[in-house]
Amino acid sequence: MGKPIRITLKQANDMMGGLALQDFLVVSTSMFFIGIFGFLTRRNLITILMSVELILNSVNINFVAFNYFLHPEAMHGIFFAIFVIAVAAAEAAVAIAIIINIYRRFKSINIENVSEMKY
Amino acid sequence: MEIAASKVIFYIIAAAILFFALLSVTSKRILRAATYLFIVLISTAALYFLLNYQFLGAVQIALYAGGIVVMIIFSILLTSHAGQKFEPVSRLKFFASLLAVLVGWALSLWVILSHPFVASSKEAVEVNMDSIGKALLSYDRNGYVLVFEVISILLLAAMIGAIVISKKQPGDGETNPDNSKTSK
Amino acid sequence: MQMSFQFTILIPLIPLISFLIIGFLYSKMSNKLAGIWGSVSIFSSFLLSLFTAYRYFFEVGRVNGVYPKILGFDFEWLRFSDSLSAHLGTLIDPISVMMLVVVTTVSLMVHIYSIGYMKGDRGFNRFFAFLSLFSFSMLGLVLSTNIFEIYIFWELVGVSSYLLIGFYYEKNSAVAASKKAFIVTRFADLFFLIGILILSFYTKTFDFISLTDPSNIAVMQTGSITFMGLSVTTWALLLIFIGGAGKSAMFPLHIWLPDAMEGPSPVSALIHAATMVVAGVFLVARLFPIYALGSDQALQVIGYVGAFTSLFAAVIAMTQMDFKRVLAFSTISQIGYMMVGLGVSGYGNEAGLGYMASMFHLFTHAMFKALLFLCAGSVIHVVHTNFINEMGGLRKHMKITHITFLIATLAIAGFPGFSGFFSKDEIITAAYHNNKIIFYTELLVAGITAFYMFRLYFRVFWNQEASYEHKPHEVEKTMTIPLIILAFLSIAVGYIPFGNFISSDSMPLESHINWGVASASIIVSFTGIIIAWVLYKKPSNLPERIVSSIKVLYTWAYHKFYIDEVYLFVTKKIIFNLISRPIAWFDRHVVDGAMNGIAWTTSWVSESIKGLQSGQLQKYALAFVSSTIILSALLIYILLNV
Repeated sequence: MGKPIRITLKQANDMMGGLALQDFLVVSTSMFFIGIFGFLTRRNLITILMSVELILNSVNINFVAFNYFLHPEAMHGIFFAIFVIAVAAAEAAVAIAIIINIYRRFKSINIENVSEMKY
Repeated sequence: MEIAASKVIFYIIAAAILFFALLSVTSKRILRAATYLFIVLISTAALYFLLNYQFLGAVQIALYAGGIVVMIIFSILLTSHAGQKFEPVSRLKFFASLLAVLVGWALSLWVILSHPFVASSKEAVEVNMDSIGKALLSYDRNGYVLVFEVISILLLAAMIGAIVISKKQPGDGETNPDNSKTSK
Repeated sequence: MQMSFQFTILIPLIPLISFLIIGFLYSKMSNKLAGIWGSVSIFSSFLLSLFTAYRYFFEVGRVNGVYPKILGFDFEWLRFSDSLSAHLGTLIDPISVMMLVVVTTVSLMVHIYSIGYMKGDRGFNRFFAFLSLFSFSMLGLVLSTNIFEIYIFWELVGVSSYLLIGFYYEKNSAVAASKKAFIVTRFADLFFLIGILILSFYTKTFDFISLTDPSNIAVMQTGSITFMGLSVTTWALLLIFIGGAGKSAMFPLHIWLPDAMEGPSPVSALIHAATMVVAGVFLVARLFPIYALGSDQALQVIGYVGAFTSLFAAVIAMTQMDFKRVLAFSTISQIGYMMVGLGVSGYGNEAGLGYMASMFHLFTHAMFKALLFLCAGSVIHVVHTNFINEMGGLRKHMKITHITFLIATLAIAGFPGFSGFFSKDEIITAAYHNNKIIFYTELLVAGITAFYMFRLYFRVFWNQEASYEHKPHEVEKTMTIPLIILAFLSIAVGYIPFGNFISSDSMPLESHINWGVASASIIVSFTGIIIAWVLYKKPSNLPERIVSSIKVLYTWAYHKFYIDEVYLFVTKKIIFNLISRPIAWFDRHVVDGAMNGIAWTTSWVSESIKGLQSGQLQKYALAFVSSTIILSALLIYILLNV
């Protein structure tokens, strides 16, 4: 797969040996819901952050797959993926800063302890 | 043979992604969870390589696997004791979440599989470093210079924000000397 | 020759400005400055009033034989429609000029007196601010050009009176008295308002000049419409009279005035003796042509109410032990005299004697009654008690107060040569010509007046010397000078040929002393004085013996014939229990209950759902995710089935 080649959808499908868009989407959707499951069940703030990264990542796969299979004439999907990665990096930085601050205050990063904002 | 090979490679990668993603959200040891996440991210990069998007794959490895995961591991080391195990989640929460997720998953899959996607029949463009770099800095119809600038400002803001938030305030963490080591 | 009276607007405005300045610089001003400032401003009003009187009576003089009614200043304040607008302005005619002189004179004296009387009081500046406010309101009232304006100032004097009665607001009794005065007069004002509404509705005018013009047919035409056997005019006039009776403390609305004595003595002198309480008399006098030409019945009612009140109050005054309350009942009694004067009067010529006499009595009474109150203030200031049985023998200690009080007492008792003699005699003469019942009543009241005033005089200044905590001494100059001036006036004003200036139809009225009537009243007065001399000059047990022989009567009179108790019964037992309590119950349980119920339900619902706001992020996330999935499912379902 080394050298760049021009491809159409048909060629791509040919090249991918009959792999369809749906195959990628199934993977990304599953990954997305696994991320959500993690988000809902994890207690540790860092693992929740990891679940969020999973979710973002699954979205990236979607973008890329759409770009590849549906609109190979443009690069929007790729750029979206790049920007999502950039935003994810920013988000992770801020989130970890907040987590460390919470840890200082509550001596714990268990999300169930962080419930100051209740009624 | 190449056809079958791509397919086989894809299934291997997909299986790896899903398997390690599941492990990552269920593992009881946080460091292991981070490691599984790392594997998921690397596998995703492999998926990009499979689609012939080398640049994206490189970015994925460098930023996600190299940057974010390392940052997460650092924060884990700062806030957790090594070898600490999580208590199991409450049953109700577990099953409620599982139910919601399964329903959502089924719904999404049904939509995806039943929807006829129509591909554009136009000529595909070449995706390489050169074209990406030019598009990123161009300001014509397919240019991304504005988004590029906005993202750069966002990153700057996030950087400053992170520094300000995590800056140690006077008096913080001094009440309990046991934690002063980990909060440094 | 058209003389300008534009400057008359300044007469009420100067005290208003003074009120605003003292009020706003309340804590910045020194007491001395506030006192002097207030006195100087009322002094300028006083000078302006004298100038107005001079110019009106002597420079303008009579036009076609009568004193004209002049609009000194007129300003359209509110315009409702072409035919209906509210004006503010000043009306210059004989009675308003007379009232200007009375109000500014007494007010000036009271201001000067108060500088000494209130010295060292915490509320000194407040007192002077309120005094200025009152002067403004009262001057505005007497200068009003129309019913609308007079009603505004009518309420303003009520408010000032309320503020000044409740001046010592730390005292519960003062607070209660101020509330009582305000509520009673306000209650009467309700009728006043209805009265002026009826009157204005039928006459289509607010303006006093056109209302009181005898040739104005529209005013008199209203007499043809009747309601419950009385003409509408009579109804309107009676209702207006009720308003006047409230302010002037006529029976049965007199109950607030004795309690109003809780205010400082200068206030009693100014408001509750000389000026505000005669506002009712002034009001009737102001509308007198309508009363005289429009409704005989209304005038008769006024006459009988006045006569009864004067007798009633005089009887109570004989028994009271509180110095100022005796004077308060005496005031009620004397205002009754004025009302009698109006009630027995006709319009024009000799028949208008009562009107002239009433105004004359108003004028003289203002002087000597203010003097009496100021003397009472001095005495109370010195001996620190209100009760006359704790006083006695003060003539040796307070020479000036003693002499001036004696002069005022002689004046009010109708001693020949003093001002009260002339004015009271004319009222009695007018009654003699008009109504014999009222005449005998008033004659009797003259005797009783002489008796209770001299009882007071002998009891306080003669009799046995009481034991005082501090040795009594004469009061300071700022207080004695007004006393001397007022004493002089109490004698002098009797010699003014009053009929030349004020009469019902503005024609000159020569009044002669009817010696038959006069000698009768002199004899009655002397009898009263002699009885008082016998009983109270020296300490004796004679009064007690007399009292015990008419125990029941005395007790009744001492308790003011239980009128207060009747009011309490009516208000507390009947109105409160039968009307207010059910309404209060309704308000508390139904109105409030509904509101409380809403509040309680809200609070209950909130309490029961607040658990949703658990602060647990993941619960929120679960709810969010589930809802999103459900909504997406619904959306897909709908889209597929369109």
